[in-house]
Amino acid sequence: MTVTANASEARPPVQRWLLVWALALAAVLVVFLLQDGLPWAVNYPAEAVVPVADWVSALMRWIKSNLSWLTRSITAVLGVPLDFALNLLAKSFKIGHGADAYVLPRLSWVGVCASAFIAGHAAGGRKLSLLVGGCFLYIALFGQWTSAMLTLALISIAVPFCIVTGLFAGIWAWRKPWAERLIISPALDLMQTIPTFAYLIPMLLLFGNSPVSAMIATAIFATPPMVRATMLGLSRVPSEIDDFSEMAGCTARQKLWRVLLPSARPTLMVGVNQVIMLALNMVIIASMIGAGGLGYDVLLALRALKVGEAMEAGLAIVALAIALDRLSQAIAHKQAKGQTHQAVSPVFWRRYPHLTLVVAILAATTLISLYVPAFAAVPKAITFTTAPLWKAAVNWITINFFDVIEAFRVALILNVLNPLRAFCEGFPWLGAVALLGLAGYQLGGLRLAALVAALTAFCAITGLWEKTMATVYLCGISAFIACLIGIPIGLAAARSDRFEKIVTPIIDTLQVLPSFCFIIPVVMLFRVGDVTAMIATVAFAVVPAIRYTNHGIRQVPPALIEAAKVSGCTPRQTFFRVQLPLALPEIMLGVNQTILMALAMIIICAMVGTRDLGQEVFIALSKADSGRGIVAGLAIAFIGIVADRLFNAWTAKARARLG
Amino acid sequence: MTEATEPQAVGTPKDARPIKLACRNVWKLFGSNAASFIRERDGKASMADVTAAGLVGAVRAVDLEIRQGEIFIIMGLSGSGKSTLVRCMSRLVEPTHGKVEFEGNDLLKISDAALIELRRHRMGMVFQNFALLPHLNVLDNIAFPLSIQGQDRPTREARAREVIELVGLRGREHFYPRELSGGQQQRVGIARSLATKPEIWFLDEPFSALDPLIRREMQDELMRLQTMLHKTIVFITHDFDEAIRLADRIAIMKDGEVIQIGTPEQLVVNPATDYVAEFTRDVDRAKVISARSLMRACDGTEHGGTVSPDAKIASFSASIVASGKPFAVVNGTGKPIGEVTPQAVIGLLAGLDKPRVGA
Repeated sequence: MTVTANASEARPPVQRWLLVWALALAAVLVVFLLQDGLPWAVNYPAEAVVPVADWVSALMRWIKSNLSWLTRSITAVLGVPLDFALNLLAKSFKIGHGADAYVLPRLSWVGVCASAFIAGHAAGGRKLSLLVGGCFLYIALFGQWTSAMLTLALISIAVPFCIVTGLFAGIWAWRKPWAERLIISPALDLMQTIPTFAYLIPMLLLFGNSPVSAMIATAIFATPPMVRATMLGLSRVPSEIDDFSEMAGCTARQKLWRVLLPSARPTLMVGVNQVIMLALNMVIIASMIGAGGLGYDVLLALRALKVGEAMEAGLAIVALAIALDRLSQAIAHKQAKGQTHQAVSPVFWRRYPHLTLVVAILAATTLISLYVPAFAAVPKAITFTTAPLWKAAVNWITINFFDVIEAFRVALILNVLNPLRAFCEGFPWLGAVALLGLAGYQLGGLRLAALVAALTAFCAITGLWEKTMATVYLCGISAFIACLIGIPIGLAAARSDRFEKIVTPIIDTLQVLPSFCFIIPVVMLFRVGDVTAMIATVAFAVVPAIRYTNHGIRQVPPALIEAAKVSGCTPRQTFFRVQLPLALPEIMLGVNQTILMALAMIIICAMVGTRDLGQEVFIALSKADSGRGIVAGLAIAFIGIVADRLFNAWTAKARARLG
Repeated sequence: MTEATEPQAVGTPKDARPIKLACRNVWKLFGSNAASFIRERDGKASMADVTAAGLVGAVRAVDLEIRQGEIFIIMGLSGSGKSTLVRCMSRLVEPTHGKVEFEGNDLLKISDAALIELRRHRMGMVFQNFALLPHLNVLDNIAFPLSIQGQDRPTREARAREVIELVGLRGREHFYPRELSGGQQQRVGIARSLATKPEIWFLDEPFSALDPLIRREMQDELMRLQTMLHKTIVFITHDFDEAIRLADRIAIMKDGEVIQIGTPEQLVVNPATDYVAEFTRDVDRAKVISARSLMRACDGTEHGGTVSPDAKIASFSASIVASGKPFAVVNGTGKPIGEVTPQAVIGLLAGLDKPRVGA
């Protein structure tokens, strides 16, 4: 009796929502069909565009002219450690001027490679030592040493800066819930969804085309994970440890620094790993505003369409990324496992044998490099280049498969991309605002509806509607294809341990690669255009779809699966009736991540000639037009936030239903 | 009737000890406006009132006194509020209403600095899941409370080594917590809480995370320590057998209220409610009930032996049954105050007396 009563009570709202959606869709369709009669509802009227971009430009000009003392002093202060790191690793110190300048050499490449081997050995044993050392040796032997060390120097200054800032911001947010709610949390959302390009413009304006502005942009981009890790780590410290610190009579400061933060160390180390990887990613992109290094090499080569050189520099980025990631992950992993006791020796070099060895080797090799040039710079004789090889490979493919690739490309453009693009760009802005608002209302109530509608409307009233929809279309189709590929792979990985063993290292590596690297091989084959952007984006964004699907299926409690088996489910039924429904919220989280990553990548693909908001930012960057760039950047961020909030609300609802 | 008055006499000599810690009408309510709710009612409210106001009563109207040197056990099932109560006593949780008196001074009124000082030197606490710091080894974990106080390394390490010796962990000084078994970890927790020489010692379900054999071993260890150290102990547990093994007195909690306080024997012989009776039903009564509760007036038959009034039945049941004669119960001066018959002992062992006691 009660069951039927509940069912009949539950039905009307569902039916009502169906009706509402049908009506809303019909209304939008009418607007779409009558677009000649209602042009203001389809394309936002040009005369009503709010000149937000001009306001932002004016503000930036004001800041530039009135706060230059501040930006100059920041540049000067940050320049000191940065110059030191750049000189130490890449450029050598020059003391004095002119002909009688005395040159202190940079660290010898032999020493740095040896240190990489030792660091790998200390953090994770022989295998890691070979991997990390091998990556550095690769960089040296392929003639990318100086560029790579420039990149590394920037990272090595930006990362500690991010860690300290992130730590303090995280502590503040953890201590003061209002700060978290009102300041930190919205700021983090914006920092992570505004496309990386958009950061560069104000930095360029305020700090000029220099490594310092690249470093500041990097710091802004790479700090959020540290803030989140700090907050998460602190909130995860068991309440008993908190109680213990109180009972031991700790003052608030002792409690934080001597109990809570050390206890949260494993989580903090995960944050550090993410900071390093994001910093690497951003340093590459920031090469556009003077970071130099490997990113700059790629950029130059791509602009000149020298695929071989671009590929080489790109592979050096990959090597650096893998080395840094595996090393920091091994350290984080070691932290998570906890320490083991060992005899403590009072002698410094016995207690820290690896550190002592590294310092000794670096000092010795750098001293030798004063007299032996082969130690100072990688000798030309032992480096080799693969650029001609890559070029030949691309030529061979182009000659032999040109027709196939071209047919594929044209078919994709004509049959899929263009119609979709026309549909999206013609979509009435008022209809989009209404429909998204409705979705927000259904999923999360009035507040979400207002947020979603307002953010969508922002894109229209700033006059960027068509470009916004171009972004949505490219991002949407890329994310869709990424899910289409990623979710089945994730499902397969969840069902077969052997397949998972093959997939895991591949997606781990894909995730580590800076977004830049995805463009290079695709542009070699498909040249510039939407198809290239789409393929690169799919490759970049497929990882979370695979990872979350696999994880979602695997985290279904084994007891439930046993229960299903005992009730006589076939494997098929177990999968479709038990595992899949329970994993659905997690899978949707993966889809959400896929969309956000696709969005980030699409923007970078402006480099290969898309015609969306990313291009808008890219143009603004080249013209140093801060207003235009920032507004376009905000529009991109808002697309991301709208998608993220709607998905999260949906997932939260699904989670609540599953209990 | 005699039973109702006699057990009171058991507690009488202990009352001479000074009160170390007392709760006076302590309340902890969760929910909005909890403080004004209870203040308006002058510290009086029924369960129904609390629920009607949309509040959750974690601790309600608790009155108890803990005397110096006694092992006071707070017993209750999960959700009964025992953990919250002990946290109110140490002010880890701020009570909504009432007084917590430490040696007569209201703990809720002292300054933060005074509270820190009190916790540093006079209180110790042991936690269910040990709460060891994962980044410190055994020695540093134990010395941690001392280092917080600013003691120099040689002093604190010397003291830490003393307590390591005391709990039998010598040789493990440089191990990290994750390298130790659960029992060893809790020994570290105990040693750490003892390092500051506290006067009052809170143990929050210290043995609940351990498996039964180790738990028993640790209970013995605690008793051994207590005979040496004579701390005032507040011990939380959900295990009635553990409570009976260790307690001088037990407070039984249900739904945030203390429903009975008494010695194990009082609870077994004279449960205040059916709930308490339910707990005590499966207890090995011979180990709890003393000769005093079972004795009757001498009726002139020949005695097979003598026992003291406080002797537990289990300690002489075998010999009294073997002798087949009543034993005289004699007080300190050797004067008989009653006798225990073998029939009564057999009845108790066979569980025949339950209806009588329960009634």
